[in-house]
Formats: sequence, structure tokens, C-alpha cells
Amino acid sequence: MNIEEVHKGSKLLIDGTPYNVDIADFVKPGKGRAIYRLKLRNLLDGSNLERTYHSGEKADEVSISTQECQYLYKEDDRYIFMNSDTFEQFFIPESLLGNKVSFLKEGTVVTVMMMGDRPLDVNIPNFVELKVLESAVATRSDTVTAQMKDAVLETGHTIGVPVFIKEGDIIKIDTRTGSYVERVNVKK
Amino acid sequence: MIEDETPRLSRLKPNLERRALIEQYIRDFFTGQGFLEVETPVRQPVVAPELNIVPLQSEGWFLSTSPELHMKRLLAAGYEKIFQFSRCFRKGERGRLHNPEFTMLEWYRTGADYHQMLHDTEALVLTLAKRLKMGTTICYQGRRIDLTPPWPALSVRQAYLDAAGWDPAACYDAARFDDDMVTRVIPAFSPHRPTIFSDFPREAASLARIKPDDPAVAERAEVFIAGLELANAYSELTDSAEQRRRFRDESAQIEREQGRRAALPERFIASLARLPACGGIALGVDRLVMLFSDTDTIDDVLAFTVDTV
Repeated sequence: MNIEEVHKGSKLLIDGTPYNVDIADFVKPGKGRAIYRLKLRNLLDGSNLERTYHSGEKADEVSISTQECQYLYKEDDRYIFMNSDTFEQFFIPESLLGNKVSFLKEGTVVTVMMMGDRPLDVNIPNFVELKVLESAVATRSDTVTAQMKDAVLETGHTIGVPVFIKEGDIIKIDTRTGSYVERVNVKK
Repeated sequence: MIEDETPRLSRLKPNLERRALIEQYIRDFFTGQGFLEVETPVRQPVVAPELNIVPLQSEGWFLSTSPELHMKRLLAAGYEKIFQFSRCFRKGERGRLHNPEFTMLEWYRTGADYHQMLHDTEALVLTLAKRLKMGTTICYQGRRIDLTPPWPALSVRQAYLDAAGWDPAACYDAARFDDDMVTRVIPAFSPHRPTIFSDFPREAASLARIKPDDPAVAERAEVFIAGLELANAYSELTDSAEQRRRFRDESAQIEREQGRRAALPERFIASLARLPACGGIALGVDRLVMLFSDTDTIDDVLAFTVDTV
């Protein structure tokens, strides 16, 4: 692809290694030529790289396929997924998942980006519904002053929720911001 | 993630209000000194050939990349002091300090040179700071900047010798010149004072005249404040043969390197025969508003950018 088309989130192959473009900075003196300064993150080991390109130069885009997969279970720091089409199982290390593990419940369907048969990144749903395992009962002063309190989710992650949320409630969470959206009524 | 429209526009309202004030004060500044506000076409059959400025096409014509040529045609016809706010378009220019559609303020004076245009700029920026009740020292991105004139001048030659270890006026290398400017030279400018970066190598003269007592450089200067490239001033080139030669060389290079045809602006070149000695300057209004709004991205001074339009 032309360097002009590279943007934040593009995936480039540099010296055989896949990188995610974290920051694409365009700098240009008024009359001078454009310079594209990229801050890149190695998709295999998370290390950082900076590269400078000029107008007219090309960058290799990583050829990526996406697969729908289901998260099955965790084994040590490996997360085991199953390809929804082939039922083939494979693992993704916790380091690749980052803070997405906070919202990953067994059975969740995700999209995995693969370079060949190597997983590079995982897209989890924008909204997930998770059960609250523990949450302190709101005290009288809480109801007057603070609107939020902490709640521990079934994934072990803690987030801020409104004071009316009780243990056992199912709540909806926006995984992009990591914030509480609403209580979900559970029909039983 | 893209911010929702309503909260974004609410957040930007103080900056857009300030922008309107700045534009009003700029008009007051120029009309108060007898300048005539003019308007020239945004859509034109030919633009100045510039290797690093790609015009957007419009039905076989182009959207203006700068109002310079038409403003000088007015000067050639006897207009003496003119200014204009104009929308300019430059293909592919998008970044923290760039939007492909932006607002340029240009003003010209006959009987003046680039020094006069830089004095105007000092007076204009100081007047704006005062009318915005910011005094002579403003705060931008956590740094205090003293706007008191005269602003320190630094020759391009000296700046490159100090920051990059070579003299671009002695042996010019365009690619190295541009790279070093953004990676070494600009970052070395004082963060607490504006910088007048003057006397560009003759190869980077663009539409400026060559300095009579130092033919290796041109009478071209830029104004930087807090790393923002704010304005570009010339003692205007009035020699039509020299201008034609520069445009022809630039056009040939554009065709050779980019396969893009860049015709010569013949009416402009013809008008140079009547152009008196004059000075001109182009100032990026969006960046000026950024400076006075203490924001580090052009997105915060535009209601709609190319990404949110």
C-alpha cells in the first residue's frame, strides 16, 4: 500500500515481522516534502519500533484473515479458543490479549486475526454481559453522595457500577471503554 | 475511537468562539491600516507548480492551493495594500497540524520587502494577544512564550549548521533539507520566543527574490511559534523571465518524479512585467487559533475536519 494510505491501526509487514501502526504522524514543512513518522508495535512480542517514510514510498500490508472463534477455557496463561468452522482448538497467550481478558467469559464468540496460522489479535464484542459476583451493599451515605461503587465480575475484573447493582445481577459493559452500561433483566 | 458529534462540538465551542474573534480582530487590524480585503477564485484552471503541494481537481480545474498568484495580479494592476482570508486545499495533507482544507490569511504591500511583512506579523500577533486579554506573554502547551517584538531572527544557514551540521546554502540537498527541518532544526528553536527563520537557500526560493548582497539565499522567511510553522514571507520576485524559468524547472520535475502535469500560470507570469517591488506573506489561520486556544491539534479549531465532515 502507499504510505499515504497507512493510518492508525494499519498492519504492516516489516522485515518479515507484522506490526500494528499505533501512531501515524504526518509532518510537512509548508513547501517541503511530507514525512510520515510511524510508531509501530510488534504484533508477536509487543516491542516498539519507529520508522520514517516519505511521500510516494510503499509499505507492505500484512495479509490477514479473520476467523470466528469461541473462547473455551484458560490453562495457566494460555487462553484456549475453538475455530467455529473447523472446531480446531488453539491457544492465545495472555500477553496478546492484554486487558481484553477482563471481559472474556467462557463461551464468548470473538474474531481472531490470523497471519497464516498465527493469531495476531483478537476482537472481542463491543458489549458483553457479565454476572456480578461480589459487590458491597450501599451504605446510606453512598446513596446520598457517590453514584458508583466497585463490583467484582465473574471474570475476576473489578469495575465501577451504580449503587443499586447487587450480587448476582447481570450487567452490560462496553468493552471499548471498560465501563458499565446497564443492568440486564434476566428471564428465568 | 471517534468522539460523538454533539459532545465534540460542545467541547470545541470556546475555541470556535475565539476563532471568530481572532478573525474579526485580524480584519480590524488590516482595515485600520488602509488594507483592502479582497476575494479571489477558489476554483482555477492552473495553480503555481509546486513539487510538494498537490492540488485537488475540480472538473478539470483545480481548487486553490494559495491565493498568491491572483493577489499579485491585483498588485500588478495598481492595488497597493490588500489582504484576504482564503480557503486553500492541498491533497493528502492530514495530520496533527494539517487538514486538506484550511484557511490562509495572505497580505501584500507594494514598496515593501519581507522584513516589513515580518514586522506586520509581529504587530498582528501582539495585537491579537492584547485584544484577547492575554498580554504579551501567552501560555501554550504548558510553556510561556514571550511575544514582545522584535522576535529573534535566525538565518536558515546558521540554524542548519547548529542543529544539523551542514550548510544548505552552500550545497543544497532538498530531501535532506526537508527531513532535517522537521527532525532537527525546528525542534532546536527556542520554546519561549517566536523564531524568524530567514534567508532560505536560493534553491528553496519559491516565489521570493534572490538577496542582492548574498545570491546564495533568497529573501524568504518563516515565522515559527512553539514549533508551529505559522507564516511564510517573501520579498516577491518581480522578474518574469526568472519566474518562468523556476516554474518550468519545477513543472518538469513534477512530471518526471510524479507523472503529474503542471501547466504554467501564464497570465500570472505575464502580469509580473507590471508588478512593482512588493512583499507578501501567508499565515495559517488555523494554527494561529491553535496557538491562542492552547490546543495541540488542528482538529480542535475546526468544527468539521476531513474525518468528521
